[in-house]
Amino acid sequence: MNATLTTPAPILMDYRRMLRRRWLLVALLSLIILASILADFTLGPSGLGWADLSHALFHPDQADPTTRVIVWDIRLPYALMAVAVGLSLGLAGGEMQTILNNPLASPFTLGISSAAAFGASLAIVLGLTLPGVPQSWTIAANAFVFALVSALLLDAVARWGSMSTSGLVLFGIALVFSFNAAVSLVQFVASAEALQGLVFWTMGSLARSSWPKVGILLLVFAVLLPLSLRDTWKLTALRLGEDRAASFGIDVPRLRLTALVRISVLAALAVSFVGTIGFVGLIAPHIARRLFGEDHRFYLPGSALVGGTILSLASIASKNIVPGIIVPVGIVTSLVGVPFFLAVVLRRQMK
Amino acid sequence: MLQIQNLSVAYGHRPIIHGLSAGPLQPGRVVSLLGPNGSGKSTLLKALAGLLKVAHGQVLLDGQDLTQLSFERRAQRVVYLPQSLPAAVHLRVFESVMVAARASDLDPQAQVASPQRILDVLGRLGIEHLAMHYLDQLSGGQKQLVGLAQALIRTPRLLLLDEPLSALDLNYQCHVMDLLAQETREHGLTTLIVLHDLNIALQRSDEALLIRAGELVGHGRPDQVVTATSLADVYQVQARVETCSRGLSHVLIDGLCAPAS
Repeated sequence: MNATLTTPAPILMDYRRMLRRRWLLVALLSLIILASILADFTLGPSGLGWADLSHALFHPDQADPTTRVIVWDIRLPYALMAVAVGLSLGLAGGEMQTILNNPLASPFTLGISSAAAFGASLAIVLGLTLPGVPQSWTIAANAFVFALVSALLLDAVARWGSMSTSGLVLFGIALVFSFNAAVSLVQFVASAEALQGLVFWTMGSLARSSWPKVGILLLVFAVLLPLSLRDTWKLTALRLGEDRAASFGIDVPRLRLTALVRISVLAALAVSFVGTIGFVGLIAPHIARRLFGEDHRFYLPGSALVGGTILSLASIASKNIVPGIIVPVGIVTSLVGVPFFLAVVLRRQMK
Repeated sequence: MLQIQNLSVAYGHRPIIHGLSAGPLQPGRVVSLLGPNGSGKSTLLKALAGLLKVAHGQVLLDGQDLTQLSFERRAQRVVYLPQSLPAAVHLRVFESVMVAARASDLDPQAQVASPQRILDVLGRLGIEHLAMHYLDQLSGGQKQLVGLAQALIRTPRLLLLDEPLSALDLNYQCHVMDLLAQETREHGLTTLIVLHDLNIALQRSDEALLIRAGELVGHGRPDQVVTATSLADVYQVQARVETCSRGLSHVLIDGLCAPAS
């Protein structure tokens, strides 16, 4: 539209300036993620220099086998997995806080991650797996099924009782406790060897990243993000209130169900590959809301990008807090996340 | 033109509205919907808007039965503005009106939510200066006006408002009623407003509907519907309706009716 043909309308100029600022922020966050991947790739306990790394990266056939394995089988999938999981959890958390109308909603706080951990524990300790799943995927498949079932349970409860969102959050917390207790029970009967495998789950670690997992997660994210973006106007309208959204012609139950399916697929996949990484899905939407506002055209991708940034930075930190040791990244996000979580709650109280 | 025929609505097994018929309500007229708490006013509006399932009956808008239309199609012609105001939403006023215009799948083709149109609507309501403010920074009255802007941008044929004045001070109450009357006349809307203030209903609506326990007990000119007898009957209050020196009708409440013997 040509501004000189119409009345000056400074408000429209303001609006366009705001949109430009948001696009710039999207670009900036993407750059930060790229820089962070580079740093994540460069830093690590093996102490390899940039020259060796880049040589192995661009000429893998000439590099010595150890360096090649470190670069191609550890560093790269590890760094990319951090971003992929962060993107997925950020998007899932962002959508979840909108459809449940609750700033404390996230896959971690409402039990989806705990359910996945329980599913994984059944596979690791008791060997209870789904028929027809290849050996190397049984744990992930179990985690996925349990996460999906818990998400559908949340939705069913929300609709069955036309439950208020605070009631739903309480139900989610009940899920967290139930599944945590169930995981403890399984841990109690587990052999020492199985216990070690299970601890990986409850801590959340990128150590089992692999190319197929990175590929699947990024592919699913790339498929689901456009589906989320197709619903952005409806989701934004839902923020104005459920009745109001319905009166604008939005089928709210259907919108909620489709979003919940997307959320559970993203959360379940992420959790099934790396274990329970808390707080990313909770924090990212809050930061995105402050940066982008709640126009979901920007808020949802923003929340994903912030999630990717957080987890990538956490991954760098996890390699460098204790020299020579890679701390599980879930511990880092929890250390950073808990104070943030409290800040969110307290800010709300003060208002 | 709106015609309600034999409409029944129930929550589960609890009937709220039984076989209510009303109309025809002519376009271009502001109709107030009156009745005590729990009489089914909000239920009626929600049922007309399609937010509640209608057990039986018809809602004819310009001869077309709304209950037969899909959710999205119906929303093209009817807008319902609930009483509740949006909670803390970090969305600018301008954006929130744009969202209202583009919310459903049918909207982008049917309506062009051009920025200029949004500014026009905001200007008509006198809140253009708030366009770039965040919703969570507005007062209750300002939010109410933004809600109206969201309703008007959808250019409905039937406008259903549930207590749009509840959060407004005296000045805004008159302002909003004047705006509604103007919009209703200029765009030939059928406007149905739930009001609690009987004086506003008397002085500023063209017609009134009075309901009690889900049944229509009065329909006509406001001064014919709001009378000492009907107020005693429906609200159990002793009241007078008197004409002031300027010729406006006023309701004066003297007290509660004596309990029926």
